[in-house]
Amino acid sequence: MEILAQGKGELIGWHDPDENRRWVLENKTRDLRDKRMSVPQAVREYVHDGDYLAMGGFGHIRVAMAVVYEIIRQRRQHLVLAGKTAVHDADLLIGSGCVDRIEVAYAFAQELRGLSPASRRAVESGVCRVVGEISNAGYQWRFLAGMLGVPFIPSRNMLGSDTFAYSACKTARDPWSGKPVCLIPAAYPDVAVFHVPRCDMYGNAQIDGILIMDWELARAARRVIVTTEEIVAHEVIQERPWLTAIPFYVVDAVCEVPFGAHPTTMPYLYYFDEEIIGEWLDVSKTPEGTRDYFDEYVYNMPDQAAYLEHIGGATKRAYLEDVEHLRQPLSAPWLQKK
Amino acid sequence: MTPSTPAYTAMELMACVAARTLEDRRTVLVGTGLPMIGAILAQRTHAPGLVIIFEAGGVGPRVPTLPVSVGDSRTFYHASAASSMHNVMSACQAGYVDFGFLGGAMMDRYGNLNTTVIGPWELPEVRLPGSGGGNDVGSLAQRTIIILRQDKRRLVERVNFLTTPGYIDGPGARERAGLPAGSGPYRVLTQLAVYDFDEATKQLRLRATHPGVSVADVQAASGFNIQVADTLEVTSPPTEEERRLLHEIDPAGMVIGK
Repeated sequence: MEILAQGKGELIGWHDPDENRRWVLENKTRDLRDKRMSVPQAVREYVHDGDYLAMGGFGHIRVAMAVVYEIIRQRRQHLVLAGKTAVHDADLLIGSGCVDRIEVAYAFAQELRGLSPASRRAVESGVCRVVGEISNAGYQWRFLAGMLGVPFIPSRNMLGSDTFAYSACKTARDPWSGKPVCLIPAAYPDVAVFHVPRCDMYGNAQIDGILIMDWELARAARRVIVTTEEIVAHEVIQERPWLTAIPFYVVDAVCEVPFGAHPTTMPYLYYFDEEIIGEWLDVSKTPEGTRDYFDEYVYNMPDQAAYLEHIGGATKRAYLEDVEHLRQPLSAPWLQKK
Repeated sequence: MTPSTPAYTAMELMACVAARTLEDRRTVLVGTGLPMIGAILAQRTHAPGLVIIFEAGGVGPRVPTLPVSVGDSRTFYHASAASSMHNVMSACQAGYVDFGFLGGAMMDRYGNLNTTVIGPWELPEVRLPGSGGGNDVGSLAQRTIIILRQDKRRLVERVNFLTTPGYIDGPGARERAGLPAGSGPYRVLTQLAVYDFDEATKQLRLRATHPGVSVADVQAASGFNIQVADTLEVTSPPTEEERRLLHEIDPAGMVIGK
């Protein structure tokens, strides 16, 4: 295949397909075994300094926030983040200093809420380094190639752009049509973390609503942690097995964490906690405010239960359920300032 | 009504122009903010059969109220499908998406967008979010609509970082790069005017001005010289009904304002 161009981004998370296949053969379990454990235990076992980490969901949609907080609490360092629509998750992981390299499809901002002060400060001062650019579909297809066990996926996005020029992709001549195609390299995160509404103790995880890129990411990652609103009996999964988006054999840890996506949104259950996200966006404008936020919401919280009580407990949960189900209007501190 | 005190805001006008650009019984992949509002307004006015698609997986929703994210539950409310990014982006690449609708930070005369960085990539003055789904939509949708606020800093001779391809550097450049044949920017909507692209040069061309805006105003708010179409139209102002619907769609005033 004739190579026409090569992006100058750093290639992260790639393995020779035979190497990754051998790793899977030697390291992944195949039996239905009990994988329940606490979030601190899952982070101790499966998230290591220097790991290439990918968060499931969509940055502030269905994010396993209890794991994000625990990574910060255990002070992991030099993590490399998949910036695949990285929003609140990336902002906290970069702002806390746990992540110092990122491959960016989307990061440093919070959609309608605007730019993220903490992660922008980190990247503009060089504390966090962008290793390469890519697009959302590009990242999605990196995981698709990983899931398929093939070295790359040919595609027609990114061609002719600086997004390509600063990516780890190559352009080649399609041997059939003769036209240029983009070759997107496979990605195999060391660990991927998901939050789902229900999962059994073996790791059969069901998702309600859009899958985003969780289907592909879970199958491409070497280690998978699933946090779930509720651990259900295997029989509950068997009743509607077509809802299982992530099958047990790719999952390594299952942690029960009710309200575990807070302050991100959990479709059909609760909407964004704009009050907490707004507070973060406000105080993280300074390094001192950022430190105070982590003290208040992470380091001084012994566990998830204490955190949930601190952010408003059952009353807050009921309110966010009402907003999710359109029974209450959205209000947000960042809106008042607009 | 006198031109100096219009009964509507610039955001309301842009949202209405956004809606009117979309066609009934077509598919549109929308980005965060004004593109979303435009598509929802179109669906509630002249285009009830408009199929709105969100990159995170929502297909054909009846969006109840403005989503904060292109992936929250409003984006697949009463939808035909709650699918995945792979499903949506594959559909886009295979030719199922008629319109891509993007917001932009900076744009040049060929409709190329920069949403990645101001200053050198290695040492950014301002780091912006990056492509997100923008490059995918601008590469793969058949016709791209771009909406942005224009001024001399935002309409630039050449984007310093080409995040999302427009016509790159002129006629035939997209096809030479390998992008889908016949695809590319279709309209550009700003607070002052509506633009298309000249067929021969693939450069931005003024097509209509908004009420009370002159060609000189448009030119003064651009970093490059803009071609003007032979017949120039004037945008009709938002109707009362359109304005009522806009505030029904965005009751919190997230984009439209209070």
